[in-house]
Amino acid sequence: MFTSLKRVIRNGWRSFSRNLGINIATIFIIITAIFLISFLLVFNAASKILISSIQEKVDMTVYFKTDVAVEKILDVKSDVAKLPEVKDIEYVPKEEALTAFVEKHKDDPLIMESLREVGDNPFPASLNIRAQQASNYEQIAGFLAGYYQKDLIEKVDYYERKPVIDQIFSTTSSINRGGVILGIVLAVIALLVTMNTIRIAISNSSEEIETMRLVGASNRFIQGPFLVQGVIAGSIAALISFLAFFFLAYGLDDKVKLIAPSISAYGLFLQNFWTLLFFQLLIGVGLAMISSAIAVRKYLKV
Amino acid sequence: MISIHNVSKIYPARAGKEPTIALEKVSFEIKKPEFVSLVGKSGAGKTTLLKLILAEEKPTYGRVFFDEQDVHKIKGSRIHKLRRRIGTVFQDYKLFPAKTTYENIAYIMEVIGAKDEEIERDVPNILEIVGLTERANNFPGELSAGERQRAAIARALIHRPDVILADEPTGNLDPYNAFEIIRLFIKIYEMGTTIILATHDRDVINVLKKRVITLDNGRLIRDEERGHFIL
Repeated sequence: MFTSLKRVIRNGWRSFSRNLGINIATIFIIITAIFLISFLLVFNAASKILISSIQEKVDMTVYFKTDVAVEKILDVKSDVAKLPEVKDIEYVPKEEALTAFVEKHKDDPLIMESLREVGDNPFPASLNIRAQQASNYEQIAGFLAGYYQKDLIEKVDYYERKPVIDQIFSTTSSINRGGVILGIVLAVIALLVTMNTIRIAISNSSEEIETMRLVGASNRFIQGPFLVQGVIAGSIAALISFLAFFFLAYGLDDKVKLIAPSISAYGLFLQNFWTLLFFQLLIGVGLAMISSAIAVRKYLKV
Repeated sequence: MISIHNVSKIYPARAGKEPTIALEKVSFEIKKPEFVSLVGKSGAGKTTLLKLILAEEKPTYGRVFFDEQDVHKIKGSRIHKLRRRIGTVFQDYKLFPAKTTYENIAYIMEVIGAKDEEIERDVPNILEIVGLTERANNFPGELSAGERQRAAIARALIHRPDVILADEPTGNLDPYNAFEIIRLFIKIYEMGTTIILATHDRDVINVLKKRVITLDNGRLIRDEERGHFIL
């Protein structure tokens, strides 16, 4: 058993090293496939981060009538906070709203003058609510409708922001769906091209495989070296792809941050170092081995 | 040991041509050990017959037995066990182009599961016998036709099979080397191996004075115990 395995590995390595030209071509095709599939996965992960960072920025604000006591507002706050859809809730008192407004517009004399004209603090107390998901705002708004009747709430700005929230929600789900479909199509193309390349490479050895059968080699003894060649080609392709990903992530880190400040390409690479390496090895070796096994089978019928 | 029962092989019609009858109702038996020469013109059916014994092709009618086992009823996944008992010298040599002469011969030993020490001992021996010691590390593409033929013969003999099927094994050899190879086959036969030699080399057949089966247009026309080359 061990002797046979040793011979299969040795024969596989010999065939690989003696047919370098075609094996290098195969490696480059596998690199393309690994690169494409990995890139789609990275793109998918990055778009999820981007989408969730956009969704993070969405919130709703509940403005209370100026005569409502702080205790009552805090009661509402604790009621709303109990909802499972609510991720985060923050009470903004009148004074804080004024301070924030002044801080924001202190360089605009016209606005500051207008504020002085009004005299009193015109800003209502409010609650800033952040939901678990963009789709939860509708339910939270529904819950708050009860407080309108109790004459506590002046307005909920969800209804003004609803079109924007809906737009974000539908855009993000379209990006996700489109990404998945595009990913599957491209991955299938990459798989077919790789399988076909390996099939052509092995068809060069079709006579050799038939002779092996005729001189009494078992199917396993024939297939083994081709699988070993697949493992070698797939591993080399995976390592080259991995190195290319490293240089890309490192080199493009600043540029990616310019477009999407929440994403660090290099950080993502380091964070997923082992997963990416394992995944690329799995695609490279798996693809080469499966393609080899299918291609060799065809010639084992003698 | 080998029994051919009323075997016919018909290749189907292709591109408007008539079907080709390669063998027609051929029957004979070969005992162990026996030295049998199959003679006949090109296209007489010699190679087809060898392919049927090796289970490389299936007969259209009839049956081929090897030690009372119908070789065409053996499953594809088990056929290698039969083929390991047969050493074949193919007409077109069928050497592995990406393996050296040494590796081509050692491959058969690896296939049957021989130990490394046995391979290291036997392969140089057979290379010396066929006169290819100097060519051990050359690839088939670097050998002359005669050297390739001798490498193919060495590969068929190395594992001491029960039967050797040799399809025109002296076709590319000069008379001196041809008789050397035939002497080698006789020696192997005397050690108990059955030899089936397909040839149209008149001199070889007449020197052998062994059983000769003559085929003509796919039909067995003569089977003589101490035959001559008569066509």
